Amino acid sequence: MNKLNFLKPDKENMKIYLYTGSFLFLISTMDVFLNSFFKLNITSFLPNFLSLLLPLILGSFGLHLIRIEFSGIKYLDLANKKINSSNFNAVLTLLIIFVIIKAAPATMSWFIFDANIAGDSKEACTGTGACWTYIKIWLRRFLYGMYPNDQQWRINISFIILVFLAFAGYFTTERLKKYLTLYYVIIYPIIAYILIYYLISGGSFNLEWVETGAWGGLSLTFIVSFFCLIFCFPLGMILALGRRSSLPTIKYISISFIEFWRGVPLITVLFMSSAMFPMFLPEDFFMDKLVRVIIAISLFEAAYVAEVIRGGLQALPRGQYDAAKSLGMGYWKMHIFVILPQALKLVIPGIANTFLALVKDTPLIFVVGLLEIVGMLNLAKTNPKWLGFAMEGYVFAAITFWIICYAMSRYSQNLELKFKTER
Amino acid sequence: MVFMNNKVKKTIPQLITLAVVVLIFGFFTFNAQTNMENRGIEFGYGFLSQESSFDVQFSLIDYDGSYSYGRAYLVGLLNTLLVAFLGILIATVIGVVIGIARLSPNYLIEKTAAFYVEFFRNIPLLLQIFFWYFAALRALPLPQDADPIFFGVSYLTIKGLFIPRFIWENFDIFSYSVIAAVVSILVIRNYAKKLQENEGKQLPTFSISIGLLIILPFLTFLIGGVSLSFEIPVIKQLSVTSFVYEGGLGIPPELIALTLALALYTATFIAECVRAGIQGISKGQKEAAASIGLNPNQILKLVIMPQALRIIIPPTTNQYLNLTKNSSLAAAIAYPDLVLVFAGTALMQTGRAIEIVSITMFTYLSISLSISVLMNWYNKKIAIKEK
Repeated sequence: MNKLNFLKPDKENMKIYLYTGSFLFLISTMDVFLNSFFKLNITSFLPNFLSLLLPLILGSFGLHLIRIEFSGIKYLDLANKKINSSNFNAVLTLLIIFVIIKAAPATMSWFIFDANIAGDSKEACTGTGACWTYIKIWLRRFLYGMYPNDQQWRINISFIILVFLAFAGYFTTERLKKYLTLYYVIIYPIIAYILIYYLISGGSFNLEWVETGAWGGLSLTFIVSFFCLIFCFPLGMILALGRRSSLPTIKYISISFIEFWRGVPLITVLFMSSAMFPMFLPEDFFMDKLVRVIIAISLFEAAYVAEVIRGGLQALPRGQYDAAKSLGMGYWKMHIFVILPQALKLVIPGIANTFLALVKDTPLIFVVGLLEIVGMLNLAKTNPKWLGFAMEGYVFAAITFWIICYAMSRYSQNLELKFKTER
Repeated sequence: MVFMNNKVKKTIPQLITLAVVVLIFGFFTFNAQTNMENRGIEFGYGFLSQESSFDVQFSLIDYDGSYSYGRAYLVGLLNTLLVAFLGILIATVIGVVIGIARLSPNYLIEKTAAFYVEFFRNIPLLLQIFFWYFAALRALPLPQDADPIFFGVSYLTIKGLFIPRFIWENFDIFSYSVIAAVVSILVIRNYAKKLQENEGKQLPTFSISIGLLIILPFLTFLIGGVSLSFEIPVIKQLSVTSFVYEGGLGIPPELIALTLALALYTATFIAECVRAGIQGISKGQKEAAASIGLNPNQILKLVIMPQALRIIIPPTTNQYLNLTKNSSLAAAIAYPDLVLVFAGTALMQTGRAIEIVSITMFTYLSISLSISVLMNWYNKKIAIKEK
């Protein structure tokens, strides 16, 4: 048997190193595990400070021992390469594992084991965990705001129709495909507007009129982001073209417009739309709060979209412009058929980021008194019957927004792959 | 004829755009004038010198109701800059660490960093601010139940963080010494660079800098008559249930929540910038540097970082700007920033919507524009100089 050198494990005595190392690592993990799940402290005989650090010391020594180069065991080599490449990495690995083990029971019990969902009042929440009853009772408010309960089918139906129509592109025949852009840019928004005006807002066809102040919750988030998205995109495109125009007046007007909106925070824009904008309109002219907000956010986001699209326009090689011109195309033909399709393809990630920012900015409309989901949460939080459930509400809203935003970013990544062309 | 045609083609769209813009502006101005006449308001910025008669909870300069609206504006602006500065500082540290962690060969670290980025990036900032303020910080103990932290001189309570206050004597001498240290470090660095370029000798600039930075200010304590003492916060009972801390420096929970949320949120974007910057350097650079015998530290410092910074800095400045603009969300949790103090309270009191909103917007606009001018200057300076 060769001499064992614990500072530099080698292949010759691999088994000894491997067993000792794994044993130490398991012991350290076990210690943390027992401590966190069963509240047992097996090293309680040691001083406090040492007892806390012991698993880390043991574990990193164990990982050091199993760090054998070219051991020939597939999984050991893989593990050494992935999580155990140096002492520093080993300590970090252990820290992460310990934190996960430590945090798991507390999180699980708050979310599931000690949580309550039954019942319909605050008294039903007896556990120490989350009170999902609160979310259950208030769900309608979080989704539809103050919209009357018996009328909420109108929102549901409009959204179902809109989602269905949005997928129309997948079902069209080859012959109709060339009209798709026209459909999405002009016809679809008009249908959406008609639906929202007649079905959600109501007032005609025997439908009860519901004022926009009563709209709210997640559905308002969708309505605001939907319309802003539709308006800000073409506007941003025009501004981007204007900024690159050779005509000085148009160029400088576009530049100052873009820089102005990009330089101010959205919240002041919304302040402007609520406090300052009415001063700029004729006295007898009334514009709904929601419409003002949508205009404000659209103008604001259009400036960002414009900058993103400008990046795409600048990235296109000059040859594309020259080639289009040599075919005798004018300014509009060149841009619509040659430049923009390529430029937009290049900036899909940027546009997706802007749209994500737009969705994440919608909660700011609380400034003008419109309450979408975050606003509704703050209202529910102050209800005397349901005090003290702020955490549950925010967690619920965070999960909702996270799912929406994450889905959007994944979709944009797919789109990017789909449209990717080799150059 | 063709020339004429071309000229007309270029002039007409410009004229039309100009006419539309002028018409819109004219329409708005006309309406604003009639509206203000009807309401009997006179346009003007004279109100700025009037007495404000409202109080602000947290202020960096002396302020109470007897000061003017102009002073209130300054209070708000300073508070905004304070939160932006703190946020940028913390966000940069977290962002750089997470950005580098995302490139770690360690699978667990990389995934943890990725989880952090995906998690905090996809939740609206306002929601995060509310979470920290209304849910997380509300779970902190009351002043009388708080345990001392940080060597027993600070208290983290539901009323905020209370830390010792520094009491300086002859602070100006101390600050001069720091400035002197920084200047001499710059001179020495310059000299060391020249020495290396001309003669190939290397000076231990790092240890010299650290030494200077410690020794010079320390000397002022010995011979300059500078002294430093601490005022430690002490709890005091006002009534049966009400306790306050006296002395020390109180950091309000609004500031903590806002800074924390802004920093954690912006850090995700900075992390992505850092990652993209380091990834943008081709592997060949690292290998070439290694092949001429540089050690890993030198590779990072002399080869990778100078090139990566060129990619990292412009988008990161953009994020700093976003953070500054996002700090206006302070209004939602009543941290007295520019928007809350000026566009909120002052507007409510005076009713001068146009003046106040325009001043607020102009302030943010000038911050943004000056930073972007600086950015462009910097970009030009570090751009690769092609021969």
